[in-house]
Amino acid sequence: MTVFDPSAEAARATSAILADTLRGTARGVVVDSPPGAGKSTLVVRAALELAAAGRPLMVVAQTNAQVDDLVLRLAEKEPDLEVGRLHSNDSDPYDKALDDLANVRKSAKAGELTGLPVVLSTAAKWGHVKNVEPWAHAIVDEAYQMRSDALLTVAGLFERALFVGDPGQLDPFSVVGAEQWAGLTYDPSASAVSTLLAHNPELPQHRLPVSWRLPATAAPLVSDAFYPYTPFRSGTGHGDRRLSFGVPSDGSGPDRVLDEAAESGWGLLELPARHTPRTDPEAVGAIALVVRRLLDRGGAAVSERSETPVPLTPDRIAVGTAHRDQAAAVRAALADVGVTGVTVDTANRLQGREYDVTVVLHPLSGRPDATAFHLETGRLCVLASRHRHACVVVCRAGVAELLDEHPSTDPVRLGVAVSFPDGWEANHAVLSHLEEHRVTWAP
Amino acid sequence: MSLISTLARMEAVESGRAQPLATVRHRRLSARPLVLVPLTTAGEAGAPLGALVGTDPEEPRLLVVPQPRDRDLRFAFLADLAEEILPYVDSFTDVVEAAERNEVDPETGKKVKVEVELCADAPQLIVPSRAGIEYVRLLGRSTRFRRTAEQDPETPFPAPPRVPLLGRWLTHFGERARVPGSSLLLSATDLLNRHWATGQSSLEDQHLGALLAWIAPCDGEPGAEAALRAEVGRDAQGQLLCPPAGPATDPAFDNKLLAPAIERYDRARQSLGAAEDGESADTGLAELHGAERELRRLIASQLKPTWHSVWRAIELLRELPEGARVEDRWTRDRWSFTGHRDRIAAGEPPQPRRDDAVTAASKLAAREQAQGQLEAQEALDDPLVMAGRRLAGEAFSAEVVEVTMAWTESKRPAPRPLVTVRTDDRPHLAEKVKVYRSLDGKPQAAEFVRYEEDGSPLLRILDRMGRSREPAEGSVPEKGERIVWTLFEHDQRVGPKLPDPEETPWTHGGPPRADAVEPPDAVTPEDLL
Repeated sequence: MTVFDPSAEAARATSAILADTLRGTARGVVVDSPPGAGKSTLVVRAALELAAAGRPLMVVAQTNAQVDDLVLRLAEKEPDLEVGRLHSNDSDPYDKALDDLANVRKSAKAGELTGLPVVLSTAAKWGHVKNVEPWAHAIVDEAYQMRSDALLTVAGLFERALFVGDPGQLDPFSVVGAEQWAGLTYDPSASAVSTLLAHNPELPQHRLPVSWRLPATAAPLVSDAFYPYTPFRSGTGHGDRRLSFGVPSDGSGPDRVLDEAAESGWGLLELPARHTPRTDPEAVGAIALVVRRLLDRGGAAVSERSETPVPLTPDRIAVGTAHRDQAAAVRAALADVGVTGVTVDTANRLQGREYDVTVVLHPLSGRPDATAFHLETGRLCVLASRHRHACVVVCRAGVAELLDEHPSTDPVRLGVAVSFPDGWEANHAVLSHLEEHRVTWAP
Repeated sequence: MSLISTLARMEAVESGRAQPLATVRHRRLSARPLVLVPLTTAGEAGAPLGALVGTDPEEPRLLVVPQPRDRDLRFAFLADLAEEILPYVDSFTDVVEAAERNEVDPETGKKVKVEVELCADAPQLIVPSRAGIEYVRLLGRSTRFRRTAEQDPETPFPAPPRVPLLGRWLTHFGERARVPGSSLLLSATDLLNRHWATGQSSLEDQHLGALLAWIAPCDGEPGAEAALRAEVGRDAQGQLLCPPAGPATDPAFDNKLLAPAIERYDRARQSLGAAEDGESADTGLAELHGAERELRRLIASQLKPTWHSVWRAIELLRELPEGARVEDRWTRDRWSFTGHRDRIAAGEPPQPRRDDAVTAASKLAAREQAQGQLEAQEALDDPLVMAGRRLAGEAFSAEVVEVTMAWTESKRPAPRPLVTVRTDDRPHLAEKVKVYRSLDGKPQAAEFVRYEEDGSPLLRILDRMGRSREPAEGSVPEKGERIVWTLFEHDQRVGPKLPDPEETPWTHGGPPRADAVEPPDAVTPEDLL
């Protein structure tokens, strides 16, 4: 048996992608990337090589934060490259850090940025660009989170494109019903990639095989539960990452679950079974307490990035929820226990982000029913794949029974590709793994 | 479901009466709506059994298909339906007012205003339930591609002259009903459910009889009991006391009453066809008429209760005053109606079977915009709806406690007053979050700055204060004023412009092919009985 060398595997995949992008004949190249597999690194590298090859390039990302992040990364790698940042007419449309970069030109008008080797903006802004010479090449980032209709508005702007994204994260959604178009190849509410591939099935498709973010404790579970047919490995081995605490456990539930998570990468803090409102005060309080203890106990992380332990600071911790009101409740609870600087957000907004430790309120905790929203595979996948070291899930008991009472009943529609695994199965897979790291606790 | 509607449902359970979800009416109710109560044949998709239709609650027109599997009778039904609906629709096409529309001049590429006609009012169809809306769509789909003898002399089964036109209008109504907040085609259950919360599940709320039992019970009977009787109560013959609002019929009715009556009708037709002399033909004809009368009586017995329920629902809703911004949405309905009128007048072909990529995307964009607008407008029109948004942390009512003038630091300083407000609500505010209030019907934006030491939010007003250094009078909140701020925008942004269908990009399969226009399905042996 050959030894798995993550760097070599990843390098092989990257060079194949770049070969197809720079020298291939297809109009599009699709790259699937599991969580933390170096998607942004790939985008930056492809952008630099395309620019070096003299091909005018436009980059399409989904949010302003993503665009700004890419601009900063490009400037870091290649400070001499002239970069255009196309932004909206709103006040404060881009990250102020861009103002310090000499070679980044910013404008709300595409016409003022033509001729630059690379121009970046959001899909929403690109959609308003009209009457310009098409770009030779485009990179579409987070293409699985882009809706088909958004691609329709921008696809006329480029000749060829590299589509990069994570198929396991949240699918795009629409606030009104779109069943009318289900099964059509160009269903406007579907993801950009599904429309693209339905019309151009011959396009080369690649996959990044190594997750650099997820630790060895998390990659197998996330791969099995959410990417059963396209498995990936973690770039680090067991023992490469360690989480330790300066202050020993006081024996309480939150401390025990933290020890479990530090040891095994996962921790489930299980509260007594109960039907609760969405903003379950006990669960929210438990999350605040876990975060408070995480900071109080002087957490420190050792990883391949640093031999010496790096203190766990609030900016390296995130709390993930399913709903915005839950996030708001957690923020208020954290403020009450004097914690500031910890990111608290919904799964939608945590997409693409990375932290050392995450604390997650299970989407099904305390619910009387399991709706399609709460069962969505991508939601759980995002929440369970943001961490470099450990993930603590806070949940009411009884979710397994709840799942069994609510098998998924989505109608099967003609012409719609059924995605595997479904949320029901993924939830069960994650839950059965978490059971092994369970700490029961009554606040 | 929002917290406030859950609360209203719990109150409804406790009190045994439906609870209001709105203080004003959020949909337009035409002064002269056309009510349509359709029934369909069990087991045969798109085979109408009968309908009550009309604009006068006292005088509905009863249409019946005595043998639903007979295509000629079905066509006769559709022709009759067209004679009821099309004159009603036509009565709105000629009354117009002058309006302006922005169009792009094809020569200069500039936006110019064009004087166009806008219908002063539009027709409104009301059906009992959502299934009824679906049925209108089905009828539209099955008739709009039919060919009349005039259009195609060769067609083996020509449709009556006005039937394809009926199909086009029904299709238009059906498509428009998918736009949130539109009122061209409404269902009575949706209308009631928007304005009242009952103590039953939302699935049970689809039953018009049960719904009315909660909202307008007779003699103060508790809602749950009245609703149960409406759902399952049967008479001595085993027939439902409150027949389903259709289009599906009750199986007990189908089996015990309808099937024997249709059989009798079939037999009468056969014997009439086999009659060899005048006398037996007369008897046969009398028997046929008798059988048909009996069928009409039976079908009317199923339709009448629903007909009255729909008008009862309309009556209940008319008691509510119309929301201030309903007119605005109705104007959009009128534009939609006028547009379709013009397409028909211009001789354009019927709506295609499937939308192309660009049409689908533009419809979805328009509906999402309408949804956002509807949610904002309903909240602004109705304090009870706004209370729900406040409870959800998406709005807050606050008293102004202090106003401090401030200006931007530029060459021409613009006013940016700071306003401290006090509120008991708990909005989801964070730094730089924008909030909006309605100022003379227009939104004024402010941003959240911070919480003061006593927990009062501090806001910075951003716009609508005029161009000079001093803000225009009345444009800055005054101390003591009570203002409702929303975290959602009042107007919707216009999305990016889509390419023309002829410029559909390669990612979406390229332009639709002109030669790929699908012909109507060929007639197969199964089409012939």
